[in-house]
Amino acid sequence: MPAESNLTMTCEAVAELLPEVVDGAIPAPTAVTRHVETCLRCQAELVQYRKVLRALHQLRTEVLEPAPGLFTDILTSLEGAGERRAIRSLLRQRRAAYVGAIAGATAAAGAAGIIVLASRARHRKLRLAG
Amino acid sequence: MPLDQAELVAAAKGGDREAFDELVRQTYADAYTLAYRLTRNEEDARDVVQEAYLRAYRGLGRFRADARFSTWMYRIVANCASTALSRRSRSRHDDLPDDAPVADDRPEADPEMMAEATILRDRVDEALAHLPARLRAVVVLRDVYDLPHEAIAAELGISEAAAKVRLHRARRRLREQLFPMRGEEAARAG
Repeated sequence: MPAESNLTMTCEAVAELLPEVVDGAIPAPTAVTRHVETCLRCQAELVQYRKVLRALHQLRTEVLEPAPGLFTDILTSLEGAGERRAIRSLLRQRRAAYVGAIAGATAAAGAAGIIVLASRARHRKLRLAG
Repeated sequence: MPLDQAELVAAAKGGDREAFDELVRQTYADAYTLAYRLTRNEEDARDVVQEAYLRAYRGLGRFRADARFSTWMYRIVANCASTALSRRSRSRHDDLPDDAPVADDRPEADPEMMAEATILRDRVDEALAHLPARLRAVVVLRDVYDLPHEAIAAELGISEAAAKVRLHRARRRLREQLFPMRGEEAARAG
């Protein structure tokens, strides 16, 4: 007689949910719990999922040995990135200096022009008055 | 006495390059391990780790002080590995599709041997290598490195729902491969 004959959920339906509930992050629906309590096949499958999960957790404690030179390679690439950043920063500063100089020269030229025009206007007024 | 990672991060954020180098020294083997587990390729793992530290260095200003540096690095490594794997899958077609049967070349399953945790761990590692990369990434990040679904989804560029579906499939595939039941064995043989 199939194990699920006297239960509300089938083994297939429970098996579909086991990967989700095995870690306890999502509480198993009551119907699943009740089914597993009385079904040896689903209990065995749940135990298998738990073993897989435990083995996966154990992998976390293992650290692989990288091939020699990786640490140096990382520092070298960081060095390169640091230098590129410094160069970009320098170029930005120079660009800002150029823009500032051009703006300053434009302002100075404008001011000089205004002074010249004002001066000519005053001379013209004095000549007319004289 | 060596500084702890929080102090090193604070110093590195203040522009101390040596502090960042020390952070790299303390964490690079762990980052490499994750990169290798995701890519299953030494060359790719090296590239991923280098790229990850470059991104970390550039983005250090955005790192929140209340987070763990190692967890932050896992996320960056996951993101870089995802990019590398997409590039690889465009140039090579070595990944199995999600529903393809996985080749099982292991010796006959011995229940006593399977009870030994070390052997099972090695077999799980081998089974992970047979998973398609997109399933492997999710199960490694969730079940080995304990990253939340939200972070996994964000770093892999998928929705949280997709991350959960992939985790479900990956766990089932691992269970089927490591503990095949009668019907599953027949299906795999056929």
